[in-house]
Amino acid sequence: MISMNDFLIVSAVLFCIGLYMIVSKRNAIQILIGIELMLNAAILNLVAFGKYDRFFNGGQMFALFAIVLAAATTAVALAIILNVYRQYKTIDPGKIDKLRDE
Amino acid sequence: MSLVQVLFYVMSFIALGAALFVAATKNLVRSIFMFFVTLFALAGLYVLALADFVAITQIVIYVGGILVLILFAFMLSGKETLNLIAQQRGKFISINKIAALLLSGLFLLVLLNTFFKVDADHLTWITRSLRANNAITPTAAMTENIGVNLMTKYLLPFEAISILLMVALIGAAHLSRKGEKQ
Repeated sequence: MISMNDFLIVSAVLFCIGLYMIVSKRNAIQILIGIELMLNAAILNLVAFGKYDRFFNGGQMFALFAIVLAAATTAVALAIILNVYRQYKTIDPGKIDKLRDE
Repeated sequence: MSLVQVLFYVMSFIALGAALFVAATKNLVRSIFMFFVTLFALAGLYVLALADFVAITQIVIYVGGILVLILFAFMLSGKETLNLIAQQRGKFISINKIAALLLSGLFLLVLLNTFFKVDADHLTWITRSLRANNAITPTAAMTENIGVNLMTKYLLPFEAISILLMVALIGAAHLSRKGEKQ
């Protein structure tokens, strides 16, 4: 069988790649992809440990909920990004620093 | 080394390599398509963790839904994003990237250190569940069990999440509507 540690290591590396993307990228869509990578790392852990719960499927169920939540989050986030682009003509989070209308 | 382990290493190599490519590349479209590969490889890893239903859901929702959404947002946001990427090309390594590398590298060290200390295969609840014959075996079909659990034990979260999905759907549709000009 595959050792639990292998799953943990893969998910740790994925999580750190997502973290790197969030901190270093200057494009809101790439930051969103980084967030998705981190979410997927967490879901991988949930699924891997869900193997030890046959009757209630706690881990797998939580992973399903997390996937659905990620989808909802992404839809709303992309709608917000589109609106921000319409307003500022850029999606660089560093350049979006005004709360009020022009 | 059994076939399952070989498959696991191949899948995780593909997933991590594609994720690294996503993080490293300057071309946004290419990074989106490599993200696609990462998600597929992760679905393979879920299958190897004996969660076939979650793997199918991952493919349907992530690959079918989220990626198409991201591509749409990219195409709707137009030429400006491409210009932004072209500006970045000049500087090879910026201070920003060094800080990000340092942060994620140190975080990786901390995580790996914890994982090696914890010895995840012999946690008490895992050995208890193995002794109680509560671990999923490769021959078991879990989808039926998941359906039954979803309608009994997890009914309240299921309903809550369905309401939240509807709220998010309406909210996204409202936000991305072309507002009337004031």
